[in-house]
Amino acid sequence: MLEVLQYEFMRNALLAGLLVSIACGIIGALVVVNRIVFISGGIAHASYGGIGLAFFAGFSPYLGAIGVALCSALIMGVVSRCRKHRADTVIGVIWAVGMSAGIILIDFTPGYNVDLMSYLFGSILMVPSTSLWTMSAMNLLILLLIFLFYKDFLAMSYDEEFALAMGVPVGPLYFLLLCMVAMTVVMTIQIVGLILVIALLTIPSYLAEKYTTSLKTMMAWAVIISIVFTQSGIWLSFYLNLSTGATIVLVAAVFFFISGLIPQRILFRQS
Amino acid sequence: MNKKVIEVKDLSFSYNGHPVLEGVNLSVDKGDFLAVLGPNGGGKTTLIKILLGILPLQQGKVHLLGQKPGKAAHKIGYVPQNVTGSEKFPINVLDVVIMGRLGFLGRFKKYSPRDYLMAVQALELVEMSDFQEHMIGNLSGGQRQRVLIARALACDPEILFLDEPTASVDQPFQTRLYQLLHDLNQEGKTIVVISHDLSVLSSHAKSVACVNKNLYFHDSSEISQEMLEKAYHCPVELITHGPIPHRVLKDHH
Repeated sequence: MLEVLQYEFMRNALLAGLLVSIACGIIGALVVVNRIVFISGGIAHASYGGIGLAFFAGFSPYLGAIGVALCSALIMGVVSRCRKHRADTVIGVIWAVGMSAGIILIDFTPGYNVDLMSYLFGSILMVPSTSLWTMSAMNLLILLLIFLFYKDFLAMSYDEEFALAMGVPVGPLYFLLLCMVAMTVVMTIQIVGLILVIALLTIPSYLAEKYTTSLKTMMAWAVIISIVFTQSGIWLSFYLNLSTGATIVLVAAVFFFISGLIPQRILFRQS
Repeated sequence: MNKKVIEVKDLSFSYNGHPVLEGVNLSVDKGDFLAVLGPNGGGKTTLIKILLGILPLQQGKVHLLGQKPGKAAHKIGYVPQNVTGSEKFPINVLDVVIMGRLGFLGRFKKYSPRDYLMAVQALELVEMSDFQEHMIGNLSGGQRQRVLIARALACDPEILFLDEPTASVDQPFQTRLYQLLHDLNQEGKTIVVISHDLSVLSSHAKSVACVNKNLYFHDSSEISQEMLEKAYHCPVELITHGPIPHRVLKDHH
């Protein structure tokens, strides 16, 4: 079994899975408790517009993805705060427009046809070593920001209005969170693809929340659960010769449904 | 001449073009116990949220302790209306209460042992010290309300805002809460309580503001029939101070 590790692509895949799990666990926990799953899905899909733009203009697709992901995160942030009553509709529109723009831009790109599938469903077996460094840097940035603002994110997530009354800069923190979501989404696109990003952001956090008693431990467990999913998914897909991204998501889904049968988190009771 | 802790001048606010508050003027002295009364939807909560900096200031001037809304956070306690929806949040009682220290701490700092001490003491005041480690979602509505009160007390506030604090607590705690507010008021804290329950306030409030789009201020807790009818647009219960608080109900037309 271990001789597979001689191959660089396999080592890189497992490492990429590990790195993405750290971001997905931490940011996923915040996505779940702040109920911004739909915005995260919107950011993921809209970022395809950036991939299309990159191919059309001839620069790195992930640079395009992160640029458009950050822009759409900011737009969705403004919409969800200022036009609350129809925010979900507008987010849905940006979601679809971003994707369509990406596809049309690739249509306009002369020459060979880009492999759409690898961005939609991931291409973990083709992660270059340079991406690992980028992922590590993004992880470090996310860890640092969460470390610095943990108590403020906690206050915002639990009771936004009280946090505001206590002078917590809820607006800037919310946009910071959306930017971190954008970074996480673009990292995760390489592993499971933009269509399946949501699964990796939400399922580990959902499972962790059921069995933990604080946001901190929820984040930690979400990271661990996410690592288990990505690593076992990569091995399974290798031996069964299946698509890696989809295998990871289905592994997660199996646990998701099993957890429905296990009782709710063990809460502290009155002695 | 008493120090003014809350000053509101010509405040107006509207939601999507619908005016909620119009031309509100209010000035509250240090050490006052202000009861904010009025019908549901009359703008009581909106007014408090503007004072706290939760809602933006659209028109007019607001100063709290001489500062703009949201700038004096460390001297202000706030008990919001009991919110539903956050019961499933993975957080225990102590971690909720310590959020009351956020205004003091500012950014880039961790809670200190002193912050935890203040939080524990606040829990003692509301008789919830045995529940520190309990998950917030495991508490009853009344217990959760007490935790929110403790959170507001944790910063030893100069002004304490309470929005319907007795909505879900039992009668004995309701009495105890008003005693606690009375004691804090005696220590010189300013108390602002929103309620549509007139009776509980009658024996403690020093002044009354009736809010129904406009604000009618009365600096004694004697509530006149006329001012209540102005606020509610209909005949309501009338309360007066006597040796024993009692009420006189006027006939409904």
